[in-house]
Amino acid sequence: MLAKRIIPCLDVDNGRVVKGVKFVDIQDAGDPVEVARRYDREGADEITFLDITASSDDRETMVHVVEQVAGEVFIPLTVGGGIRSVEDVRRMLNAGADKVGINTAAVFNPEFVREAAERFGSQCIVVAIDAKRVSGAGGPPRWEVFTHGGRKPTGLDAIQWAEKMAAYGAGEILLTSMDRDGTKMGFDLELTRAVSRATPVPVIASGGVGNLDHLVAGVKEGEADAVLAASIFHFGEYSIGEAKAYMAGHGVEVRI
Amino acid sequence: MAQTIAVIDYGMGNLRSVAKAVEHLADAGDRVRVTDDPAQILAADRVLFPGQGAARDCMKAISDHHLNRAVLDAAGSKPFLGICMGLQVLMEFSEENEGTELLGLLPGRVRRFDPDAGEGGAHLKIPHMGWNRVHHTGGHPLWRDIPQDSRFYFVHSYFVDPVDKAMIAATTGYGIDFASALAKDNLFAVQFHPEKSARDGLTLLRNFLRWDI
Repeated sequence: MLAKRIIPCLDVDNGRVVKGVKFVDIQDAGDPVEVARRYDREGADEITFLDITASSDDRETMVHVVEQVAGEVFIPLTVGGGIRSVEDVRRMLNAGADKVGINTAAVFNPEFVREAAERFGSQCIVVAIDAKRVSGAGGPPRWEVFTHGGRKPTGLDAIQWAEKMAAYGAGEILLTSMDRDGTKMGFDLELTRAVSRATPVPVIASGGVGNLDHLVAGVKEGEADAVLAASIFHFGEYSIGEAKAYMAGHGVEVRI
Repeated sequence: MAQTIAVIDYGMGNLRSVAKAVEHLADAGDRVRVTDDPAQILAADRVLFPGQGAARDCMKAISDHHLNRAVLDAAGSKPFLGICMGLQVLMEFSEENEGTELLGLLPGRVRRFDPDAGEGGAHLKIPHMGWNRVHHTGGHPLWRDIPQDSRFYFVHSYFVDPVDKAMIAATTGYGIDFASALAKDNLFAVQFHPEKSARDGLTLLRNFLRWDI
C-alpha cells in the first residue's frame, strides 16, 4: 500500500534557512544542506523548500542551494516561491529539483500551469493553493483562494480552483489553510477533505500543525495524501521518526 | 576497474537527479557521461536510461535525438538500467496520448491505472505518487542487500504489462498488483525512482554499477 508522506518545509531567504531552525546537534542550522541532510536521516519522505527571497536578483542563490542539496540528499525535493515562467521551472529542475510549486503565477496565468505540465510532465508540477474560509453565517462552507501570503483575495473558489488546476496538468495540490497557518491549531480538516475528494491528484495538507495528532487527523479525517509541517520539526519538538511512529501507531501507513 | 557509465539524455525530465546519484556512488576513476551521443552510449560499459513525461513526447525526443538504435543496441548488449519512462518506452505500445507506438524491445503494453480500482471502491489518486512497497519475485543481483517489500519512490500514471510474466522482477500494489521491475538478461528496468528512494534506492544503483553479467 502507498504510504502517506511526511514533508518538512523549509523557508529559505537568500540561501539561508530562516524561521529559526533549532537543532542543537548540527553545526549550522541556517545551512539548507545540513538541515536537509538531517531530515533525510530522520526519514523525511520529501523536502520542500520555499524561497522567500524578496529580490528577484537573488533568486540565483536558490538554484545553487538546490544544486548542493540534490548532490547529497536522495529523496524528492520540491522548490516553491517565485516560479513564474517555464524558464524558472527548467532552471530548478536542471539544478536537481524534482518538483516545483507554482502559486501566484498560476492565479494570474493558468495557462502557465498547462504549458509547464506539457513541457516537463505533470509529475513535477505542484500547484500551491492558499485558501481562506469565507462562508457566510449559516451558509454552506466556502473557501476562497488568496495570494500574497493571504492578503489578496482572488474571487476564486478553492475547491473549483483545485479541480481546474488538476485538469490543467498539476500532478499534485499543496493546500494551505491561511486561517490555520502559524496557529498550531491543526489543519482545516473540512477544507482538506473537500479538496481531496474533489481532485483526482494527490493533495498535501498544510497550515496549522501543532502536534502529532494533527498529522494523524490530516490523513484520517482530512483524507490528505501527504502532510506538510514546518515549526514542529524545526524546533525539535518532534523528530520525523517520532511523527512516523506515532502515525503508524494510529493506523496510518507510513514509510519507516 | 574504472568504467564509463552513460546516462542517456534526450531532454525528457529530470536527469540531473540520476546523474547526481550515480556520481555520488561511482568509484574515483569512473567516468559518468550525461549524453545524447549514440557513439558515447555504445562505447560506455553500462548505461542508464531515465525519462519522465508523456509517452509521445518521450518517443519524439528519442527519435529527434536519433537514439532509437543506440538505446536498443545498449539494451541488448550491456548492463542497462531503465528508469520510469525508461522502462515504459521499451514496451510495444502505450495507452497514453490516445495510443503511442513505443520502441518495441519487450512484448507487452503500457496501461493506465483505473481510478475506480481502490479498495472497497474508493477512488485512487492518479498519479500514483509516493513511497510504495516493492516485492521481489526472484533473486536478481540488483536486489542484493535490499530487504523484501522495501519502499521506493514512485510517480507515474501508467504501468507496464509484459506478455512474458517471467520477466517480472518485482510487483507493487496500487489498486492492482503491477510490474514495478522487469529483468531480462543484461537489462533491468524499474518503474520507481531509485535515485530518489533514499538508502534502498542508492543500494540498487550501487548494485547496478557492480553488476557483472
